[in-house]
Amino acid sequence: MENSHRSLLAKLLAFAVAMFMFAIFVLPPLYDLFCEVTGIGGKTDGLYKAVAVEVDTSRQVEVQFVAANNAEMPWEFYPLEHRVVVHPGEPRAVNFFARNTTGEDMIAQAIPNVLPNNAADYFHKTACFCFDNQPLAAGEQAELGLVFILDPDLPDNVNTVTLSYTLFDITDRATVAVSQAQ
Amino acid sequence: MAHGPATMADGWIKYASRWLFTTNHKDIGTLYLWFSFAMFILGGAFAMIIRAELFQPGMQLINPEFFNQMTTMHGLVMVFGAIMPAFVGLANWLIPMMIGAPDMALPRMNNLSFWILPFAFAILVSTLFMEGGGPNFGWTFYAPLSTTYAPDTVNYFIFGVHIMGASSIMGSINIIATVMNMRAPGMTYMKMPLFVWTWVITAFLLVAVMPVLAGAVTMMLMDINFGTSFFNAAGGGDPVLFQHVFWFFGHPEVYIIILPAFGVVSQIIPTFSRKPLFGYSSMVYATASIAFMSFIVWAHHMFTVGMPIAGELYFMYATLLIAVPTGVKVFNWITTMYKGSLTFETPMLFSIAFVILFTFGGFTGLMLSIAAADMQYHDTYFVVAHFHYVMVAGAVFSGTAAVYYWLPKWCGKMYNETMGKVQFWIAFIGFNITFMPQHFLGLAGMPRRYADYGLQFADWNMLSSVGAFMYGAAQILFLFNVVRTITHGKPVEDPQVWEGAEGLEWTLPTPAPYHTFETPPEVK
Repeated sequence: MENSHRSLLAKLLAFAVAMFMFAIFVLPPLYDLFCEVTGIGGKTDGLYKAVAVEVDTSRQVEVQFVAANNAEMPWEFYPLEHRVVVHPGEPRAVNFFARNTTGEDMIAQAIPNVLPNNAADYFHKTACFCFDNQPLAAGEQAELGLVFILDPDLPDNVNTVTLSYTLFDITDRATVAVSQAQ
Repeated sequence: MAHGPATMADGWIKYASRWLFTTNHKDIGTLYLWFSFAMFILGGAFAMIIRAELFQPGMQLINPEFFNQMTTMHGLVMVFGAIMPAFVGLANWLIPMMIGAPDMALPRMNNLSFWILPFAFAILVSTLFMEGGGPNFGWTFYAPLSTTYAPDTVNYFIFGVHIMGASSIMGSINIIATVMNMRAPGMTYMKMPLFVWTWVITAFLLVAVMPVLAGAVTMMLMDINFGTSFFNAAGGGDPVLFQHVFWFFGHPEVYIIILPAFGVVSQIIPTFSRKPLFGYSSMVYATASIAFMSFIVWAHHMFTVGMPIAGELYFMYATLLIAVPTGVKVFNWITTMYKGSLTFETPMLFSIAFVILFTFGGFTGLMLSIAAADMQYHDTYFVVAHFHYVMVAGAVFSGTAAVYYWLPKWCGKMYNETMGKVQFWIAFIGFNITFMPQHFLGLAGMPRRYADYGLQFADWNMLSSVGAFMYGAAQILFLFNVVRTITHGKPVEDPQVWEGAEGLEWTLPTPAPYHTFETPPEVK
């Protein structure tokens, strides 16, 4: 093979391999970062360390809770309070109810989503059942707690924030480190 | 010539070995073309099953599960098995002859890149006979349909796609190396025939995005088998990421399919207009800018996923911008014909039909690119009609034109002009009867990829099926005409074949000898 062909072949192959690596190792983290920055997809941040802020008593924001089961997840799952009104900066605890209706021990994972998108960055959770996976024995039930603070910097045009949880059955894959998912 | 290729007279073992181990660009081009025609017939058979089921409302012939496998396999086989290899075949045959090179730069890799393809498709098609059936998630294989809810045979599909990708990448590297290193003296870049130009640009697109497709299916493979969560929301992943990765490959892919078709038409129209191509350099720049822009518009396929308004606006305007270089091309083709001495041989008929129908498909593409309007059109038959206008009337028509145009040069015999024209008119009318009504169905709200439909869609669907059977019949005529030409065609001796044809390939004897340009020609 001529040298000019060989060097071109090597360069183009290296480019192809680089594009493959780009697709697997760069695109997904880039997408996550993009969603985090813009709030697209309603992804909320992880555990929040509360900082002392002044509660903005002049402002009231309604927070609504939605719970849903993914696909064939059979559990009962709903928020105990469907809506609360809070002041930005004020911590608030709410509970969700979950019951394993099946005859088998199962493990679940709740995935959050916040609407509108521009509120996602200002919805802080100081404690949340969604930080861990939730094992429930057959027929067992539990109250799952969540403590959140709305950031006082919440954009002015946001008067209602909706937090939804979708519950996934992860019994088969619970060995994977799912607890890192928020 | 020291020795010619083995023929049947040398015994079948020698004859089979010739094809199996060939490193000759003409042999490999022939293999690619026959393989792609076989896949075209197979994918066409799947389409006939789809149209037969949709002939009347209600379930008549097949069950919905099998219908889903048919739509998926039709798309995969046509895109990856028929259209792409057909243009690689043309590239193999023509690029060395057009730039005055004796062969492709990397002949052994050329052999490998062809011979892994039949295995890829054998693996893919064999899934139809396995328990659980073949892929049923659409040719775009969106997660989680293709991961969480996929049949077990999805692993075969993934393996097949990997092989196809490897084949395409090797083929493209070969084309780039050939064009960059092996042009005859005096053949500068801006003297290359436009078919060569469009193929070099296509080859760069392929090397850039086929690995991304490989990445997408690899992530699927890991989600399915190794417990990762790239596309699984339960583990913190996101199914929408799949669509982004897929269309980052998928949008350049549609230009990979259409750019060589542009090249073919840019060779044929000047020949039968007996005028040089109007605006050669603007054609080159338009092709390059289309290729560049194809990387920055992918999300117009996913306006309905819940993008922020800024994203929708950006992808909408960027997409609309592609109409500009595409318009330049259409303008140049029409201006080439303007005041030319036109004759209407079969390749010219297919090329003119290409210009008209591709423009039509381009306009529906503009309609789809309007984000607000796309909310209505998304996933309806309007989309199906749009992309068949650009894929079939675009890529397949130009491929057919190319075969008729260069067939006399390849085999030294002239095809039957009357049969060619009959085929053209059956194909042209059949195509429009098939896909024109699908615009109306889509605007009326018929969703794509369903095995059944409401009664209000019955009339247009029946008409569409009739057109599809017509179009299918035209392909049988095409096959017959090509085979008949090879066996019984009237010999052609004029090297130029067509009165107005220009370019190095027309300076070679007809039929083109097995080895050509062993001493490079001088290009003035």
